[in-house]
Amino acid sequence: MTLRRVVVTGLGALTPIGNDVPTYWDNLAAGTSGAGPITKFDASKFKTQFACELKGLDVTQYIPRQDARKMDPFTHYALIAADQAVRDSGLNLDTINKNKVGVIWGSGIGGLKSFEEEVINYAQGDGTPRLNPFFIVRMIADSAPGQISMRYGFRGPNYVTVSACASSLNAMIDAFNYIRLGRINICVTGGSEAAVTRAGVGGFNANRALSERNDSPETASRPYDKDRDGFVLGEGAGALILEEYEHAKARGAKIYAELIGGGMSSDAYHITAPHPDGLGAYLGMQDAMDDAGIKPEDIDYINTHGTSTPIGDPQELKAIEKIFGEHAFRMNISSTKSQIGHLLGAAGAVEAIACLFALERQIVPPTINHFTADPEIDPRFNLTLNQAQPRKMTTVMSNGFGFGGHNASVIFRKLSE
Amino acid sequence: MSEIATKVKAIIVEKLGVEESEVTPEASFTNDLGADSLDTVELIMEFEKEFNISIPDDQAENIGTVGQAITYLEENAGK
Repeated sequence: MTLRRVVVTGLGALTPIGNDVPTYWDNLAAGTSGAGPITKFDASKFKTQFACELKGLDVTQYIPRQDARKMDPFTHYALIAADQAVRDSGLNLDTINKNKVGVIWGSGIGGLKSFEEEVINYAQGDGTPRLNPFFIVRMIADSAPGQISMRYGFRGPNYVTVSACASSLNAMIDAFNYIRLGRINICVTGGSEAAVTRAGVGGFNANRALSERNDSPETASRPYDKDRDGFVLGEGAGALILEEYEHAKARGAKIYAELIGGGMSSDAYHITAPHPDGLGAYLGMQDAMDDAGIKPEDIDYINTHGTSTPIGDPQELKAIEKIFGEHAFRMNISSTKSQIGHLLGAAGAVEAIACLFALERQIVPPTINHFTADPEIDPRFNLTLNQAQPRKMTTVMSNGFGFGGHNASVIFRKLSE
Repeated sequence: MSEIATKVKAIIVEKLGVEESEVTPEASFTNDLGADSLDTVELIMEFEKEFNISIPDDQAENIGTVGQAITYLEENAGK
């Protein structure tokens, strides 16, 4: 059967360096860091006392207070980003067939703050269970796409994908597949995460994933630098409107790019460590390339998973070299996590939006905070260090890998004029 | 207005996000104040917490209006 083509027609983003897409893009180009001391709770007893938090967000500007209090912050972020994307798409909500609009969302954890607060509350009591009736609905990860559907009346497939830090890429690939199979015409996809909480920071500290560079939060996320010491926890959301190409064209929609391939794989190796040869990363990227039907030399830029952990960064590069050969040293590579931190389940969506920035403005966003070359990393890679680089790009890839060995990659291509 | 009534109204205003003027004795939580079944459960729990009592489910079912809540709490709270 012939698969339909799928394009991106709307974007929304809430990130540590901007609460909308234009601000996010401007700061990506400028190489801004979104890290700073944790303000959401007293972190003075935590090994890591900083994160990439959202800044200056007043949720009640977007969601009535009475509704907002029945949602976890990760759902607030989802609704706000989705709202931006729906507006940006210019979709006429009165005329589209809403039964053919899905919402497929990604979140690695879901309502962690809601879970944490409720359990602490219970534990501090006398043992009598007085759990809030909204506790479960705030916590469950699928409340985010559920709330989006209720706001707009989108009655197509609606669920959340959970694959740790690959979650929103898995969501995007599912959305892509349903549209190209003809099951739906439009899908709101993306992901959100709000894990800058006591349990989130403490938990990631305990499994030694986080940077502990408390004396310099802004330079702590330093992928590929010799002295990288872990990732910096981020929060926020990214939303994309995926639409069938003819449907978008017929209504004269602005088309950011075509989504031409999605790849998925599993390491089948370890609960946290990536495969030492980058096997799963390799398989995921290769799967995406095969799906898109393109050659390695077609890729101009890869937005890597690149979390700034000692083990993860070089393995992804190994996998890239294995697939792309000499071209691995000719393309641009960067990790925007150096700027926004690691948004976990939302990372794939906000980084896909960084890839669309690259295509839209023909600028490669930089890997900031590079101070010392790592002898383990081949100096021939162009890691776009510290400064954005202008480049003519038509095809770009974004990678996301999750604890548990989940790998996903997507490929976007600029539509030819 | 009794101290209990004042507290009950404040809880309803806070939890349901309604204007104080709407919180009349006759007002029904679900029909007049926009509450759904979970909101009602939450209200009952807030009353229990505020007045340090336990309201059995079969009695909670009979508390559907502001006035019924105040009457119930005036009769049962602090005993």
